[in-house]
Amino acid sequence: MARFRTWAGIAVAGALCVSLAGCSSTGGKRAEDARKAASAGGRAAVDTPRWTFAMITHSGDGDTFWDIVQSGAKQAAVKDNINFLYSHDDEAQQQAQLVDAAVDKKVDGIIVTLAKPDALKAAVARAKKAGIPVITVNSGSAESKAFGALTHIGQDETVAGEAVGEELNKRGRKRAVCVLHEQGNVGHEQRCAGVAKTFTGTVQNLYVTGTNMPDVQSAIEAKLQADTAVDAVVTLGAPYADTAVKAKQSAGSKAEIDTFDLNAKVAAGLADGSLGFAVDQQPYLQGYEAVDLLWLYKYNDDVLGGGKPVLTGPQIITKDQAARLAQYTERGTR
Amino acid sequence: MSATTDERLLETSPLRRLLGRPELGSVVGAVAVFLFFAVTADSFLRAASLSTVLYASSTIGIMAVPVALLMIGGEFDLSAGVLVTSSALTSSMFSYQMTANVWVGVGVSLLVTLAIGAFNGFVLTRTKLPSFIVTLGTFLMLTGLNLGLTKLIDDTVSTKSIADMEGFPSARDVFASTLTVGGVDFKVTILWWLGLVALASWILLRTRAGNWIFAVGGNEDAARAVGVPVTKTKIGLYMGVALGAWISGQHLLLSYDVVQSGEGVGNELIYIIAAVIGGCLITGGYGSAVGSAVGALIFGMTSKGIVFAEWNPDWFKFFLGAMLLLATLLNTWVRKRAEASK
Repeated sequence: MARFRTWAGIAVAGALCVSLAGCSSTGGKRAEDARKAASAGGRAAVDTPRWTFAMITHSGDGDTFWDIVQSGAKQAAVKDNINFLYSHDDEAQQQAQLVDAAVDKKVDGIIVTLAKPDALKAAVARAKKAGIPVITVNSGSAESKAFGALTHIGQDETVAGEAVGEELNKRGRKRAVCVLHEQGNVGHEQRCAGVAKTFTGTVQNLYVTGTNMPDVQSAIEAKLQADTAVDAVVTLGAPYADTAVKAKQSAGSKAEIDTFDLNAKVAAGLADGSLGFAVDQQPYLQGYEAVDLLWLYKYNDDVLGGGKPVLTGPQIITKDQAARLAQYTERGTR
Repeated sequence: MSATTDERLLETSPLRRLLGRPELGSVVGAVAVFLFFAVTADSFLRAASLSTVLYASSTIGIMAVPVALLMIGGEFDLSAGVLVTSSALTSSMFSYQMTANVWVGVGVSLLVTLAIGAFNGFVLTRTKLPSFIVTLGTFLMLTGLNLGLTKLIDDTVSTKSIADMEGFPSARDVFASTLTVGGVDFKVTILWWLGLVALASWILLRTRAGNWIFAVGGNEDAARAVGVPVTKTKIGLYMGVALGAWISGQHLLLSYDVVQSGEGVGNELIYIIAAVIGGCLITGGYGSAVGSAVGALIFGMTSKGIVFAEWNPDWFKFFLGAMLLLATLLNTWVRKRAEASK
């Protein structure tokens, strides 16, 4: 399929280049293909039975972050000879039903996020009763053990926010704005509350409509114009960092833009100095480790972290590391 | 004048004519919102702040104009919000995957977007299903396609950056540049917006197609009986919405280089709200393009004015809702008074 796509793409592109003389000699797919010389072919590294693991997250549609988690999980699944199933729903009740479905299917292991723990309690208990090992990732470190999961892999959102507050102190910032792109998201509130906890200056929250980029830009712009003393803007998702940079330029503000999470544009922004720092919780690691630890448990009865949560963040990334990470963000694994 | 003069030939005073305009109520509402924030928010009246408000209004307004026309024609389009994202994704992915000049992608996107608009109109007129159902179907299909195709082609949920490709700087100049007038930066979308308002007003008030739109929205059967091409008009209106979505989509792509495939959901309601605040009747047959622009302006002033006023953000949505409701009530009240004085 992939090869067919490439060939079809080349054929159509060739036809278009000839007919329209509209080719770009810079950037684009061809440049990317040239970069990707020869990537490693995915083959299983072990000969354990082909177990089936299901991962069920609270991700909404089209979320970059969860895309990276998935790619980590998939890569580990290939290596561990695992049949990997992924499903997601941002409604807690629907997510619980997906977990139930995985239990009914008698999968060999379940990876689940506990963004809304109460709604998933019964489903996780049902999996445990059916003898299916469960690992929780990303959110739910407090509930994981009580619900009977093997272990938890993720970042404590409050701790991550606190790390941001400390980094802002180190940089001598006085007045920060925390940009929340989903009103009512508990994790977002925890992050901003964490910033407020350790930051010695003042923090104000700004709610924006995350599905509407021009709205995000004009709201941050308005905020910076209304309060010219703001010297730091913290966005909670990588795609919003670049938008905040644009808003800062339009508003003529001197504020430093910092962000949670990474993507290719954030790495580039850190490298060229338009962004101050990023806090990464390493989503690739959350997916990869979850599959790997389930495999280790099935194969060798191993449990990492002694039952305590295994933290994947917060890792503060600044200009120095950014250049090194650029190639990984480009391929969607950081 | 003699008593036998036909009442249709009676002269009306300019004031009366002004009071009868559909956008009058919204203009009063806009002035009220403006004065309110001018008093309560210190930084609202600065030139740079007003430019921010105009930018926010223009991104809504570009879509509110064709949506208002469609509404005057008696139909709805729930797919308008995600169509903007589809349009941006199409040009980005086409340019990138084909390593083509950015303008080629922009052109292909225009064709694809117009085709989706025509599809809406065609299905609507062919099946006689309500526009609510037809465009809800398109909305869901486009949401799925945006995600599915982006993931299939790009392997991630956002597109790759096209900022380093040929044609990008000139395309950005057209769709996403900033103009400096008297030391204040204005976004080019404001010009697109004003241009669309002027074009739509001309079509509505000065052309035969404008008469068709009012006739189709007022009474479809009567319009058909007197020879108005109902099918053609409706398909044209949906293609107008598609044109607006294309302009917004290109702005989105060229100002941010990459597009997130999940964006745009929910914006269709904002466009409809702007048109309704601007005096369009949800039942069709009445409204104006200028009104939709004033509606977008009210929305832009309210959403950004709350930030300028630095109110507690926990209550943001509440303030927004209350302001919109008040503006619309004021709008309706003024219109009633105007109609009563006729």
